[in-house]
Amino acid sequence: MAGLVTDEKDLMEKKIRVLIAKPGLDGHDRGAKVVALALRDAGFEVIYTGLHQTVEEIVEAAAQEDVDVIGLSILSGAHLPIARKLNEQLSEVNFHPVVMVGGSIPSRDIQPLRDLGIDAVFPTGSQFTEIADFIRSSDKVPPEGQAA
Amino acid sequence: MSERLEKVTLESGVSVQPVYGPEDVEHIDAARDIGPPGEYPFTRGIHPEMYRTRPFTMRQYAGFGTPEETNKRFKFLIDNGQNALNVAFDLPTQMGLDSSDPMAEGEVGRVGMAVDTLADMELAFEDIPIDQISVSLTVNALALPIMAMYFVVAEKHGVSLESVRGTAQNDILKEYIGRGAWVFPVEPAVRLIGDTIEFCARQAPKYYPVSVCGYHIRESGANPVQEIAYAYAIASEYVRTGLERGLEIDDFAGRISFNFDIHGNLFEQVAKFRAARRLWARIMRDEFGAQDPRTMKMKMIAGGGGGGLTIEQPENNIVRGAYYALISALSGAQTMALCSFDEAYTIPTEKAALISLRTMQILVEEMGLRDTVDPLAGSYYVEWLTSELEQRILKEMRRVDDEWGGILNAVKDGLAQREVAHQAWQYEKGIQEGIIPKVGVNRYRMEEADHEVDLHPYRAELAEQSIQRTAQVISSRDAESVSSALDQLRQAALGGENLMPAALEAVRAYTSLGEMTAVMKEVFGEFKEPVRL
Repeated sequence: MAGLVTDEKDLMEKKIRVLIAKPGLDGHDRGAKVVALALRDAGFEVIYTGLHQTVEEIVEAAAQEDVDVIGLSILSGAHLPIARKLNEQLSEVNFHPVVMVGGSIPSRDIQPLRDLGIDAVFPTGSQFTEIADFIRSSDKVPPEGQAA
Repeated sequence: MSERLEKVTLESGVSVQPVYGPEDVEHIDAARDIGPPGEYPFTRGIHPEMYRTRPFTMRQYAGFGTPEETNKRFKFLIDNGQNALNVAFDLPTQMGLDSSDPMAEGEVGRVGMAVDTLADMELAFEDIPIDQISVSLTVNALALPIMAMYFVVAEKHGVSLESVRGTAQNDILKEYIGRGAWVFPVEPAVRLIGDTIEFCARQAPKYYPVSVCGYHIRESGANPVQEIAYAYAIASEYVRTGLERGLEIDDFAGRISFNFDIHGNLFEQVAKFRAARRLWARIMRDEFGAQDPRTMKMKMIAGGGGGGLTIEQPENNIVRGAYYALISALSGAQTMALCSFDEAYTIPTEKAALISLRTMQILVEEMGLRDTVDPLAGSYYVEWLTSELEQRILKEMRRVDDEWGGILNAVKDGLAQREVAHQAWQYEKGIQEGIIPKVGVNRYRMEEADHEVDLHPYRAELAEQSIQRTAQVISSRDAESVSSALDQLRQAALGGENLMPAALEAVRAYTSLGEMTAVMKEVFGEFKEPVRL
């Protein structure tokens, strides 16, 4: 009985894990930090990588932390090459969390990003609730409270 | 919008009454606290007649692609009336990477021009009369070698070190807090700034080596009081490094200038700047013992900040820019710049840059801002608010020392970073919940077509050009000189000597920025970001 209670408690506390990452050289992290804080406030477990990450470092951190979601924050305009690279490297290690991209993304690049395998795009102006709802509703993410 | 405003609280936390009157300014000693413009404590302005003598300088940030492309944009701006340049460098350059570096991929020439060697700097300033036009270099972690490049270019234009004018941003502490273009750890980075301050004080006395930026700190989420408080804490650190080098305060501190942010409440901004001038004068005289009034004058570029602009209904940003320009002029800024209306999308197109320029020109020519100094002085509200903000700024500066152990500690431990990030989050919540009004975002929203804004295109072939040119320069330079110059640089870094002489030698030999940075990283290491959510 004690074991069951412990298991239930663990299950109830299992949060969806999100890695917020800043790829490339750009140092503007206000958006990344604001989204990270908002998602934490919304009940997710959030890890923020800090600045100047290579795609390799992001994939490694994501796999190590076994996150359910990767969120890239990109303001430099280099979102398409970065997204392409990220998905290639995730495939190489056979790790397929939800991937979302936020930042300075022109509308015309949203579909190309989706075509590259990005699950959702949240350009400037996106609401916290939109992002949180998307994560919760995604098929690829285990429902909160239950282990995958 | 049509209900009475029950409670008004400014970003800085000040509560605003519906009416201010003589009783609200009774406590202010006008002679001591306000005084005439051009006289201590300079509340009304740092010169006796301010814009009546000469209007503010207009200095739009510009640069992209190759030096040739940037050179063209410089000439376009100058032809259209801009009287000073502010050079944008790409991220690889800002981070000390050559265009061919793997980490530079996709970033070469994107947000500014790519500079690898002296050859690039020479091209950027070809046919630009730098003896007449003031040039500001927006570079920080690698300011020392980039300044060295500029000094050598100036020499080639016939301008000696003794006469070269201009400024470098060169404010690394704000990078750790709010801009992110840091490379080295805090101590060596501040030491480099000390090197530039010392070198300029002794050998390039007309050059302004540091522009302390409250701007980016505010853009990262700090409120207007914190913007000034943290900037002054940072500036004080730089002043201390100058004094540690044996310089007299009046020999160098007057050439530390400031870069501040404008958006939000008009009166709060104007009062902020008046308070800031008064406070800096007091700090220089009373804390650091300055005697020359020029040292006590807080010189600033006050720019229309991107933080106030929106991605929605971008043409609204043209209007915001005009209001911010007005605030800047009412605040007595020496130099003005505006984020362009397409700020949320990309670096400015020619059209957007031109609109920003015209906004400032219309202000100067048509709106009476040149006629008389500090026209809002004497306003019950503005004088009351000026004094109120000065107190709050002082309080926040004390907090930095008492609670955080000083700004250096705060930055190393991520405390300042966390503070501004949390503020940014609260602010964004306020916007998303509709509590903080933002036209086009949470008021007067429209279904918009895919924002039809004419974007500045990124051209990958320009990146290729940069890489090719650098390869050319490397193959035709004297390898011996470069190798020896890098050794000198390493020795100077290891031996605690001023790096500028070695950097000048290295630059003349066409050593690349990447090569110099690699040596500096070897000696200084790299900053480990204290990630604290």
